[in-house]
Amino acid sequence: MSHTSTLKHAEAAAQFINDEPRTNWHDETLWFVRQKRDKAAHGLPEWEQLREWASQIKNHTLSNLDNYLLEFERNAKANGVTVHWAMDGADHNRIIYDIIQKNNIQKIVKSKSMLTEECGLNEFLHTKGIETVDTDLGERIVQFRNEPPSHIVLPAIHLKKQDVSDTFHEHLNTEKGNNDPQYLTEAARQHLREKFIESELAITGVNFAVAETGGFVVCTNEGNADMGAHAAKIHIACMGFEKMIPKAEHLSVFLRLLARSATGQPITTYSSHFHKPREGQEMHIVIVDNGRSRQLGRADFRNSLKCIRCAACFNTCPVYRRSGGHSYHTAVAGPIGSILNPNIDMRANADLPFASTLCGSCSNVCPVKIDIHDQLWKWRQVLVAEGYVDTTKKVGLKGMAFLLARPRLYRFAGKMGRGVMRLFPWLVNNKLNPWYKQREMPAPPKQSFRDWYLQNKK
Amino acid sequence: MHADEHSHIKNEQMKVGLFIPCYIDQFYPNVGIATLQLLEKLGCHVSFPLNQTCCGQPMANSGFASLSKSCDKNFVSNFRGFDYIVGPSGSCVLHLKEHLHDEQHPGEAEHIRKHVYELTEFLVDVLKVEKLNASFPYKVGLHNSCHGQRGLHLSSMSERNLPAFSKPQQLLNMVQGLELKMPSRPDECCGFGGTFCVFEEAVSVKMGKDRIADHASNEVQYITGGDTSCLMHLEGILKRNGSKVKTIHIAEILNSNA
Repeated sequence: MSHTSTLKHAEAAAQFINDEPRTNWHDETLWFVRQKRDKAAHGLPEWEQLREWASQIKNHTLSNLDNYLLEFERNAKANGVTVHWAMDGADHNRIIYDIIQKNNIQKIVKSKSMLTEECGLNEFLHTKGIETVDTDLGERIVQFRNEPPSHIVLPAIHLKKQDVSDTFHEHLNTEKGNNDPQYLTEAARQHLREKFIESELAITGVNFAVAETGGFVVCTNEGNADMGAHAAKIHIACMGFEKMIPKAEHLSVFLRLLARSATGQPITTYSSHFHKPREGQEMHIVIVDNGRSRQLGRADFRNSLKCIRCAACFNTCPVYRRSGGHSYHTAVAGPIGSILNPNIDMRANADLPFASTLCGSCSNVCPVKIDIHDQLWKWRQVLVAEGYVDTTKKVGLKGMAFLLARPRLYRFAGKMGRGVMRLFPWLVNNKLNPWYKQREMPAPPKQSFRDWYLQNKK
Repeated sequence: MHADEHSHIKNEQMKVGLFIPCYIDQFYPNVGIATLQLLEKLGCHVSFPLNQTCCGQPMANSGFASLSKSCDKNFVSNFRGFDYIVGPSGSCVLHLKEHLHDEQHPGEAEHIRKHVYELTEFLVDVLKVEKLNASFPYKVGLHNSCHGQRGLHLSSMSERNLPAFSKPQQLLNMVQGLELKMPSRPDECCGFGGTFCVFEEAVSVKMGKDRIADHASNEVQYITGGDTSCLMHLEGILKRNGSKVKTIHIAEILNSNA
């Protein structure tokens, strides 16, 4: 899906909030998911231990990634799988297109893969005249609407039943105004079943790639990855290179954490282990870099690559819940997206690390212990140093820093401007003071604390 | 942690440097006064270094940590030589603990980082306060500010699977007549967030409105907390909407004897 919106996060969020009842509904729905996650996490006495193990396994893997990737490739090849290496998104798309052309393929189904969103695979194939059918229910809904997913686990979470009903009426000819979830799901099921049966190629993502076996695991709740992979004569699995884990036994840590963190389920309905192509089938794995090795080289940000895409940080983020996924204008939204995307394109995504209050809830829910809010803070420093921050902001903060480094000047400015908060330039730097739009200013006191202290204590 | 290493120092021998963040100095002097009076009541020897300004957080959190060096220097020159530095703001204290540096006085900066305390943690961990002569006969909602809670660990956090505790609650429970009410989301951010409050105005205000609604459903008369910045933001929204609910810093409650 194309990200046609070029609005910065703050503007897009303001538009989202314009519809306050819908914003409340979005917030409450995701908060409900966060609560389910809490219940699942608090039900396991070993929860914090599991997080620590997951973090250590991922840290170890990232530190030895070259070896594990080669081990994985060797074992996968021995299993009869073709392994491809893609430098970037364009490379990834070309590799898939080559396979399509070589086999003269017309019908493609794809289960959820945020990597293919990141690489813009659907749009790329569209320009080549090839249509891909997304088979995850939420993804199919947004695909009909020509929208990108707004959430990596719940792609259509920004939509209500009525929206789905309208969409299906238009594309699947369901009854107008019938909002019954069971009716709508059944319509999608019949529609997708047809697509599965006629498909020639199935594309899936990868949740975990196991170096010692060359196998990989795909987690879904709908079984759509399996339906696709089992019906089509070719299966292509696409993965960012950080999906690696050393051993199959490590799955016992990650599979316990993933679904609990994502939706509060003990485990996803389907955790499918793929090892080798079945008789007569072709199986490919595309391993993608697309900026990941650059991120691996950034000491402050490398451990963002531990991410297992559970979206717990989305659901807990008070900003995400009130601004919607599209306001992040990237394939991966939310707090984790805000630390991954500046690496991919610093200029285009310079607003994202500022779309946070640094409350720290994201780091607390992260099942692999990524210090997300600290990395947001660090990205802000990088973005300012690299010159990606507005001049007005820069001027205001420079003035403020100047003042606050000079005690006498600070006190003078305070006396002059206490009523209008001249001290804090971001509050009064223009006539359309954004503080005052929906908030009163603090009432100016007669004297500062220091003045009181001098009068009463000295 | 370092509370124990200093537990032999009696309160009156403690040299406490009072850190009053710039917002409080300029707009909420009563918070500073309450903090000072409270510490003195508890027997501390408190002084207020007169050339203090700001901890540098507003610049650093906006990506301009490089600009806060002079601010840091000024802070160190004001607060060197104290046993403890105490301030009524979790957010500013956390910033100092994590980011205060002074190339010319690295040892003094380190001493400050290790001995700067937010007020409620100082009362609970260092002074080990068990009772307060305070009374505040109102229905009060507690706002856990994020930096105090998740940064300084002033209380347990709803995301983590760890034993429950709360330093501010422990203190509020010592206040006579106070009826404490926790919101249904006990540790959701209020949306202030430093410069976030203006650069992400719409989200910031929406977050504040939602916090207020949560407290209002408990019919509280006051919302309290350890960070004036959060309270200033909530107060701005409450006043604009003509609400009867007031905000009050926790120092003012702990120091009150109505």
